[in-house]
Amino acid sequence: MSLGHERMKKIPLSQIKEAQKVFVSDIDGGSIFVNRMMSLGIYQGREIAVLSRLALRGPTVVKVGRSTFALGRSMAAKILVEIKS
Amino acid sequence: MKKLFLIGNPNVGKSTVFSRLTGVDVVSSNYPGTTIEIAKGQLIFEGETWDVIDLPGIYSLEAGSKAEEVALSLLRETPKEDMVVLDVIDSTNLERNLYLTFQLLEAQFPVVVCLNMHDDGIHRGITIDEKALEKILGVVCVSTCAITGSGIKRLIAQLKDVRMAFREPLDHQGRWQSIGQAVAFAQTLAHRHHSLREHLEDASVHPFSGAVIAMSVLVLSFWVVRTIGEFLVTRVADPIFFLFYKPFLNKISIILGPETLWHHLLIGDFVGGQIDFKQSLGLLTTAPYIEFAMVLPYIVSFYFVLSLLEDIGFLPRLAMLLDGLLHRLGLHGFSIVPVFLGIGCNVPGILSTRTLESRRERFIAATLISIGVPCVPLQAMIFGVMGQFSGFYVLGVYLVLFAVWLILGLMLNRVMKGYSPELLVEIPSYRIPDLKALIQKLWTRVKGFIVEAMPVVLAGVFVVNAMLYFHWLDVATSFLAPLMNKIFGLPKEAAVALVVGFFRKDVAVGLLLPLGLSIKQFFIATVLLAISFPCIATFVILLRELGLKDFLKSVAIMLATGLIVGALLNVAIVSI
Repeated sequence: MSLGHERMKKIPLSQIKEAQKVFVSDIDGGSIFVNRMMSLGIYQGREIAVLSRLALRGPTVVKVGRSTFALGRSMAAKILVEIKS
Repeated sequence: MKKLFLIGNPNVGKSTVFSRLTGVDVVSSNYPGTTIEIAKGQLIFEGETWDVIDLPGIYSLEAGSKAEEVALSLLRETPKEDMVVLDVIDSTNLERNLYLTFQLLEAQFPVVVCLNMHDDGIHRGITIDEKALEKILGVVCVSTCAITGSGIKRLIAQLKDVRMAFREPLDHQGRWQSIGQAVAFAQTLAHRHHSLREHLEDASVHPFSGAVIAMSVLVLSFWVVRTIGEFLVTRVADPIFFLFYKPFLNKISIILGPETLWHHLLIGDFVGGQIDFKQSLGLLTTAPYIEFAMVLPYIVSFYFVLSLLEDIGFLPRLAMLLDGLLHRLGLHGFSIVPVFLGIGCNVPGILSTRTLESRRERFIAATLISIGVPCVPLQAMIFGVMGQFSGFYVLGVYLVLFAVWLILGLMLNRVMKGYSPELLVEIPSYRIPDLKALIQKLWTRVKGFIVEAMPVVLAGVFVVNAMLYFHWLDVATSFLAPLMNKIFGLPKEAAVALVVGFFRKDVAVGLLLPLGLSIKQFFIATVLLAISFPCIATFVILLRELGLKDFLKSVAIMLATGLIVGALLNVAIVSI
C-alpha cells in the first residue's frame, strides 16, 4: 500500500535512528507476526512515533496511539516504514 | 456455579480489580503444562457464590502466545450462559484496549466493561463518557479505580443482568476503524502540560537518560534492600534469638548433657564456652539462626523492593535497556527478570526461566543464574567472609562473578545451537503500587522461599553434623586435598567448606571462618563457593527443569568454570 507517498523510500523500522513520526507501509512476516502486530495497533497505513533506538543493536521504542512498545531489532527490521514528510 | 472471568491487556490493573472483588481465599496455580499463573477466588453476590478467575493479560483473542492460548481454552471450557466476562480496560489507553473488547463482543461473550484507572485518566486529561461508550458497544461500562476501590460496588451490581451485544465480525483493519470511531465518540482529551511523571516516562525510554535513571534506581534499590535487611536483623531477629531463644536453648543443653550425640546434633559445639549461633552447627541453633536471622530478613527486603519495582513499571524499562547486551549472551531483555529473582534465591529464578520461549534460552539463563548470580545467602556469605577485611574485596568478588557471567554467556551464545526469540514488551506508564496487592505478592514469594529452603537447611545441617561427628568428611577432604593445594592454593580443610557448600552456602561460612586463611585464600575460596555447586535445592530444581542430559551439561560447565577461574585467580593474584 502506497498511501500516496510513492516517492518515499520504504525503510525498515530498525534503521530509524532519530525520534520521528513514520507511517507503517508493510509488514514483512508470517501471518502470526502480522496478527500480533495488528493486535498492538501496528498495521499498514498506521502512523507511529519512533521514540528511540537503544544501543548495542538494541530494540526500537515506538509509540502507537497512547501505548509504548519496545520491539527487538529483528522484529523492527520486518516492519517497513515511510518517513512522514 | 457461575464464573466471572477477568480479562484484559497486560498492565491494566487487572490483579488489583481481582483482589478487590475476591476475599482472602485466593488460590494461585499454574495452568497445566505452563507457568502461566491463574488466580482463582470467590465472590458472593446476592447469596450466590461466583468463581472469579483472573486470566493472563493478553492483547487479542487469537492464539498467538501461550498466554492467549491459555485464556482462550479457559473461556471455551465454560458454557456462555454460566459466565460473565469482565473486560478490564486501562482508561488512559482506551483505543488499544478496545481491540480485545471488540473481539470479545464479536465472539458473543456476555461482557461487562470495567474502565479502570479512571483517576489516572483524569490526571492525564482524558474523559470517557460511559453512556456514550455503552451506546456504541451495547454493553454496560463502569468506571473504576481499583486501587482506591471506587466504582467496584457499582461494578458488582452490574453482574445481575449482563447483556450480550451482537456485533458483526470485522476484519482487522475494519476493527481498528470502528475503534477509531468509538474512541472519537466517547473520549475527550483536554490539553495538559506534561506532568513530572510523564517527563520521567519520556526520559526513561531514551538511551542515555534511560540508562542514568536505571542505574540510579538500581543503586538506590540495593541500598534500600541493605538498610531494611540490616534493620530486620539487628532490631528484630537478633533480639529474639539472643534474648528469648538462647536462654531456652541453654536449658535444653543442660537437660541433654554435654558431649552426647543428641547434644551434638541439636545444639552443636560450644564456641568459647557457649552457644554460637553461627558456628555451633546444631539443628536448633545454627539452622534456624541462618534461616530466620541471617537470610530471611534479606529475602523479605529484597522481594519487597523487587515487587515494588515490578508494580511501578520499572522492569520492562530495564528489559528494554539491557536487550542489546543480553542478546549477545543468547538471551533477550526479559530474561533479566529470572536473573533478578535469582538474586533473591536461585530456586525461583531458575523456575521462572520456564517463561522464556526457547529451550536454548532456558538452558543459558538457568546455567548463568546457577553459576554467576549470587543469591541472598551467598551474598551474606561474601559479605561475612570478605567484608571483615574491606568492602573493596567484596566488590572484587562481585566483579569476578559478573565477568564470569558475561564471558560464559558470550561463549554459550557462540556454541549453543537453536534460536533465541526477540523482545516485544510494552513499556507501561509509571504506576503507584497498590499496597495490598504488593503485600500479597511479597507473602507468596517469602512463603515459597521458606517452604523450599527450610527443609533443605535442616537436612543440610543434620547431614553435616553427622558427617563431622563420625569424621566421614575426612575421606572427601583427603581426596580433594592435592587439588585444593596445587590448583587453588587452599589448605585441605577448605575442601570441607566446599563440600558443605553443596548443601547450603551459608553453613559453609561457619566452616571457612575458623580456618585462618590469608586474604587471597579467602578470596579464592569465596569465589569458588559462589561459582561451584549451587545449594542442593537449586540442584534439584535445575535437574527438574533441564532434564538429565542438559543438567549434566550444565554441571560440567559449572565445574570447568570453577576450575578455570579458581586456578586463574591463584596465578593472577600476586599476594594480598
